[in-house]
Amino acid sequence: MEFQGRVILGGECTLEAVVTKQGFNTLASCQKSAMAKKDRILCSDQNNPDLFNKNITGKALCLPKTIGSTTGGMVLQTVADMGIAPAAMLFSESIDSLAASGVILADIWNKHTIITIDRLGADFLDAVRSGMNLEIKKDGTVILKEN
Amino acid sequence: MADYAMRLSDDERSVLAGDKGETLRKALETVVRYGEVFGADSLADVEKPVHLVTSFGVPLLKPVFSLMDELIENGLKTAYPFTADPRPDFSNVPANPLEKLIFGKIMYGKQSEYEEQLRKTGLASDDAFTCTCYMDEVGNIPSEGDILAWAESSAVVYANSVLGARTNRNSGVLELLSGITGKTPVFGFLSDEGRRADWLIQVKTTKTPEAQVLGSAIGMKVMEDVPYIKGLDGFLGKELNSEVKDYLKDMGAATASNGAVGLYHVEKLTPEAVKGGESLLKKDYRTYVVDDAELERVKNAYPVMWKNKEAKPKVCFIGCPHLSYNQLIRWTDEIVGALKKSGRKKVAVRTVMTAAPAVIERFKTNKDFYARLTATGVRLSPVCPLMYMNNPLCAKKPVITNSNKLRTYTTSRYYTDSEILKCLARR
Repeated sequence: MEFQGRVILGGECTLEAVVTKQGFNTLASCQKSAMAKKDRILCSDQNNPDLFNKNITGKALCLPKTIGSTTGGMVLQTVADMGIAPAAMLFSESIDSLAASGVILADIWNKHTIITIDRLGADFLDAVRSGMNLEIKKDGTVILKEN
Repeated sequence: MADYAMRLSDDERSVLAGDKGETLRKALETVVRYGEVFGADSLADVEKPVHLVTSFGVPLLKPVFSLMDELIENGLKTAYPFTADPRPDFSNVPANPLEKLIFGKIMYGKQSEYEEQLRKTGLASDDAFTCTCYMDEVGNIPSEGDILAWAESSAVVYANSVLGARTNRNSGVLELLSGITGKTPVFGFLSDEGRRADWLIQVKTTKTPEAQVLGSAIGMKVMEDVPYIKGLDGFLGKELNSEVKDYLKDMGAATASNGAVGLYHVEKLTPEAVKGGESLLKKDYRTYVVDDAELERVKNAYPVMWKNKEAKPKVCFIGCPHLSYNQLIRWTDEIVGALKKSGRKKVAVRTVMTAAPAVIERFKTNKDFYARLTATGVRLSPVCPLMYMNNPLCAKKPVITNSNKLRTYTTSRYYTDSEILKCLARR
């Protein structure tokens, strides 16, 4: 299955999907691993049963949007700088202000690009499942591949 | 200069071309690219001081420190002196020597250096650290219609909703760069259309809903949409007095942390709802009915994160967001009254009430209430309880709180105000 979104920050790669059907709370999800300087983020958001305790580092994080504290963008910038951010963020809805800030800050000030595509649609989030391989293209196409 | 769709002034173009230095260019590029993502057609001047969410010198935040260094090296600071979230001050909170060592040397080991960076980039004063910068005692109080660039989710939702100012939910660092450049992109809550409501919330409870649970229910339902809340005036009245503002402060913080609400309207109470009423609702609005059963369902669904779920609470935090002066007075009365009733002299759980430094100072001048409160063993602190909880040692403690924000981000357990009182005064 193939989905087309809007490119915020482009790139081309194949990544494993990790999926949350609810808003991704950046601070609640990342703070525990980041504070402990772990080499990967195990999601620590107790309110997110889709992701709780799952590794999101280097993965294609598929989400509707991010929620929660306005430290969110700065947290994204920081985990990108630490090398433990998701490799891609694929939004079914329009990206939110905190996530947009985070990926732009990381890109401009830290030269770290988190591939970011939004507006992939509700069907994308219905179809994608954690563990699937996703082929991401520069033009914002995301192809779901069954393992 | 990159090609931007946004309409830019000659001065803005000059900055983006690097005429005023590479650092200011990057700062404005960040603001412009952020705005372009949201289809902003222009930049607006930031009309009042910014409020920063990033107030803590966690060594982990290397990219923030180096960005600040770069701003300072290039002589850049905000046009207006700014306020910032609470500083990690653990002088009056329960902490053993090991915890104090962890707070001071490890977790917030960069605090003094970071505060120096804040001072050099425009911090208003050494007492400007609070999440409730809009309190009279603190003084970062925007007027209706002012264009802002604030971060701190609870402050943003308060500024937009209760004060009628206009700010998007800016992220940490982005708000500082807006203050430095004096520009913020026009989209979302800065536009009339972006302030219209997507949801009609009908409050049909039999008594005044607990502000923190109502906010949580609304936040989880509407996420980042704008709710128009109907039915609250029946409980709160039609005057936006200090008691109502405190209620809305706590409700709003829960909408923002349990969801991502940046603006709500309350019928007959908040400025735009008073003027526009139901005309603020979009044509295709959705409806969410909140009754007693719904609030009970939401509250019962909160997971208990304590290892021993039956543990006796060891610490209690009241005040996230920071308490107002009137809330300090009310809590003092209620705690003293509850202890008297149960025959206790001091609270049964080590309790910290948090407020802005200037609010605490004012409270201390009320010698009667200050003496009554401290006699109960309750401590006052300007700390952010989140900072206290975010380490492996404190995270293991059975902490209770009446803050839904603190519950969301930590292992603390939510109790309603009356449950807190019962617990503090238990025989």
